[in-house]
Amino acid sequence: MSDLAATRSRTERRNRWLLLLPALAILIFAAAGPLLIVLIYSFLTPGDYGGVVWKLSGEAWFNVFFERDFFTDTLGFADAHLSILWRSISLSLMTTVLAFLVGFPTAYFIATRPANSRDMWMLLIMIPFWTNLLIRTFAIMELIRNEGTINTVLLAIGIIDEPIQMLFTNASLLAGMVFVYLPLMILPVYAAMERFDFSLVEAAYDLYATRRKVLTKVIFPIVKPGVIAGSILVFVPCLGAYVTPRVLGGGKKLMLGNLIELQFGAGRNWPLGAALALTLLVIVTIALLFYVRVAGREGESNIG
Amino acid sequence: MIEIANVTKVFGQGEAAFRALDGVSVTIDENEFFTLLGPSGCGKTTLLRTIAGFVDPTSGSVKLDGQSLLESPPYKRPVNTVFQSYALFPHMTVAQNIGFGLEMQGKPKSEVQETVAEMLELVRMTPMADRQTGQISGGQQQRVALARALAPRPKVLLLDEPLSALDFKLRKEMQLELKRLQSETGITFIFVTHDQEEALTMSDRIAVMSEGAIRQIGGPRDIYDHPAERFVADFIGDTNFLEVELLRTEGEEGRIRLASGAETTARALSGGVSAGTVTLAVRPEHADLADPAEALLPGTLAEVVYFGTDTHYHVDLEDGTRFVVRQQNTPAQVQRRAAGDRVGVTFAPGVGQVLRD
Amino acid sequence: MARGFDVRRQTGFNTIAICCFILLYAPIILIVVYSFNKGNSIAIWEGFSWRWYISAWDNEKVQAATIRSVVIAFWASMLSTFAAVLAALATTRTKPWRGQSFIFAMINQPLMVPEIVTAVSLLIVFASIKVATGYTGLGYLVIAHTAFCIPFAYMPIRARLQGMDLTLEQAASDLYATPWQTFRRVTLPQLTPGILAGAMLAFVISLDDVVITEFVKSAGQDTLPTYMLGQLRRVVTPEINAISTVLLAFSVLLVTGFFLLSRTRKQ
Repeated sequence: MSDLAATRSRTERRNRWLLLLPALAILIFAAAGPLLIVLIYSFLTPGDYGGVVWKLSGEAWFNVFFERDFFTDTLGFADAHLSILWRSISLSLMTTVLAFLVGFPTAYFIATRPANSRDMWMLLIMIPFWTNLLIRTFAIMELIRNEGTINTVLLAIGIIDEPIQMLFTNASLLAGMVFVYLPLMILPVYAAMERFDFSLVEAAYDLYATRRKVLTKVIFPIVKPGVIAGSILVFVPCLGAYVTPRVLGGGKKLMLGNLIELQFGAGRNWPLGAALALTLLVIVTIALLFYVRVAGREGESNIG
Repeated sequence: MIEIANVTKVFGQGEAAFRALDGVSVTIDENEFFTLLGPSGCGKTTLLRTIAGFVDPTSGSVKLDGQSLLESPPYKRPVNTVFQSYALFPHMTVAQNIGFGLEMQGKPKSEVQETVAEMLELVRMTPMADRQTGQISGGQQQRVALARALAPRPKVLLLDEPLSALDFKLRKEMQLELKRLQSETGITFIFVTHDQEEALTMSDRIAVMSEGAIRQIGGPRDIYDHPAERFVADFIGDTNFLEVELLRTEGEEGRIRLASGAETTARALSGGVSAGTVTLAVRPEHADLADPAEALLPGTLAEVVYFGTDTHYHVDLEDGTRFVVRQQNTPAQVQRRAAGDRVGVTFAPGVGQVLRD
Repeated sequence: MARGFDVRRQTGFNTIAICCFILLYAPIILIVVYSFNKGNSIAIWEGFSWRWYISAWDNEKVQAATIRSVVIAFWASMLSTFAAVLAALATTRTKPWRGQSFIFAMINQPLMVPEIVTAVSLLIVFASIKVATGYTGLGYLVIAHTAFCIPFAYMPIRARLQGMDLTLEQAASDLYATPWQTFRRVTLPQLTPGILAGAMLAFVISLDDVVITEFVKSAGQDTLPTYMLGQLRRVVTPEINAISTVLLAFSVLLVTGFFLLSRTRKQ
């Protein structure tokens, strides 16, 4: 390389890092950096009134999965933690499946509208998406609580004599999370479907495919990357959900997010909270890595 | 005057390295309409962008009136470019686009306005001055792009396939327009195109490029009638290639013996070729059909293709070579020959060109 | 093709889609409707009234929380957009370079890490800083919001930059504009819709945040969403509906604006 080109690429490199500096500084200070501190905290000893004592300990990590019986001093699995972990994972999976079952036909519906009205339909999906999550959860809560709309209406028409307990159940959590995260499924599926070439469908019908075969053998395989992306976009925030289970689970049906919060509040066990937070992060990372692998393979097979 | 000496540009490194320019040297005179002609990927645009300052050459020098350009960034070079996509600023009006360069040079407002008006006049766009660039047609955008590049009165105007986005009729019109602008302004034009006809109609001189190197430089007639090598002959116009024996050369004239045994004279570049088997290029319109007995090359008529303005006769020569003869059609002409006839091909002494390779 | 055969039809899909839209909007519409209820209930309609809007307007806690929310969202969107513009300029239209994927991971990290994890990590770090410096102002919330707003501001700006014709800047440079003039006169005007879109997104995201704010805020630093979260534990009156409706209207406005801005990008 000539001197001229070398100098220019040196300046370009310097300018690039200068431009990145503000964003990187903020992100390291208030996003990435603190994660490292969490890792350190998870190996410390809890202080009496919250906070930590700077004494190294593996206790917190041990307590994530096991507990020592106070009286008999025998070891056992931490049932409370594991059931919350299980609820988090199973509810997140169910939310993802339900969101797909509702979201896929909806995305298909929008993608098959005339081109000039598609944007309008997408706006209708975007609006709830950008609406405050708390307000949307609150809306569901108003609907299903004992004095809520559904129970009031049912009581008024005389179908039931006393309110059905819907709030603070697993079902209410599931309904709430599907409602809250549904747009995250529809957006990427629609993005994939919008590019879909419907002459392929015509070709399939021409070659004797039935409607269901067209759906399963032609449309679905082609928009699958969008479905995978949507599933991850729904699954990951579900795992870490905090507001929805807090409002709709009412302290009875905890999920991981609430369990973590508990350790920083009433539990006063910061190291355990840190260890639980990192456990959540690990599960999310596994899900994301899985996605990267699947998406990468899809990408290759699409090219090849 | 632009002097380009030994310019080489390598993109990438190691295995993936690509030599876009390979030791290019050329001198372009003041007030010249100079064309860089070649197929896509031949390096013509890279050479243009090197002059403009968007490409740093790996080695070599580019000088304008004796001063090196390479150290200056594009905005300090007294050259302007008409981009292939025009690159008109979409958030400015026609007049604002044209005035942009002058404004950047820090010219006083009155002068900017004056020159803009002058330029609008020059490209006949005065009524469109306050239009947004999205509201005018492709041909008009082209004129604005030209006016914008001419407004700062650059020493050299670089044109990167500016006509390629226009339809056929508009392109013909703009070719004449460009020629007029060049002679009116007296600015050196360096024009890049892959269209040989465009190059032949407009240029004072043409440089034919291939694989990062200049194959031949010359006037349009020179390039067309006397291509120096097979690539040039093949790229510009249609050509018949014959394998012949060069007996001897005297100056630019060479004595050759054809496959049929007949002898004639052809043009040969002095020093470029030595006696022995060489390739002879003959343009289809420079040859004629004749009686097989009197012709230089006897053969069989394989196909007759009618083109409206002229007719192409495809002749299979005795050694198996296909030779095309082009004859202009006249109203009086009667179609006398048909495929399968025994015919002969002939051409006047001196019209053939002995190629360098 | 048989008469009336629609290749795009799939049995049941339209029904599900319509149900989906109803599902998405019905609860929200109920919220809005009951915000105008005369009575104390959020389920029994007793007539139209502005009562709850007036009571929310007069509520000093709501006033303070609203001002705090807006101040934080303003600074967070400004700072994050500024950082995002610079970062987008550094990461678009360059040849692939070493460290590129690291930078992308850094910028998008707030999108991938669950909010609750970021929230507790900030709680830990800021708690120490609060003890060490004694400062307990809004600065913590602003910096935390700025960090998670960066990827949202970055996305539309980057998209806009990538869609921008590179030759326009070359043309400017060819016409004697210095790099700064090129940026000011050509790049920036073209980038404006993207910057506006990014700033709007960042504003909405900051305004809506619950989790991180809940963990980072010091005592008495409620924003509108954390105030509402606190209220949900008590007896809920339509005052919450009124606040929600105003926030909803604001979000709809901004999203529609964002939508229109990204439309001009397509043209």
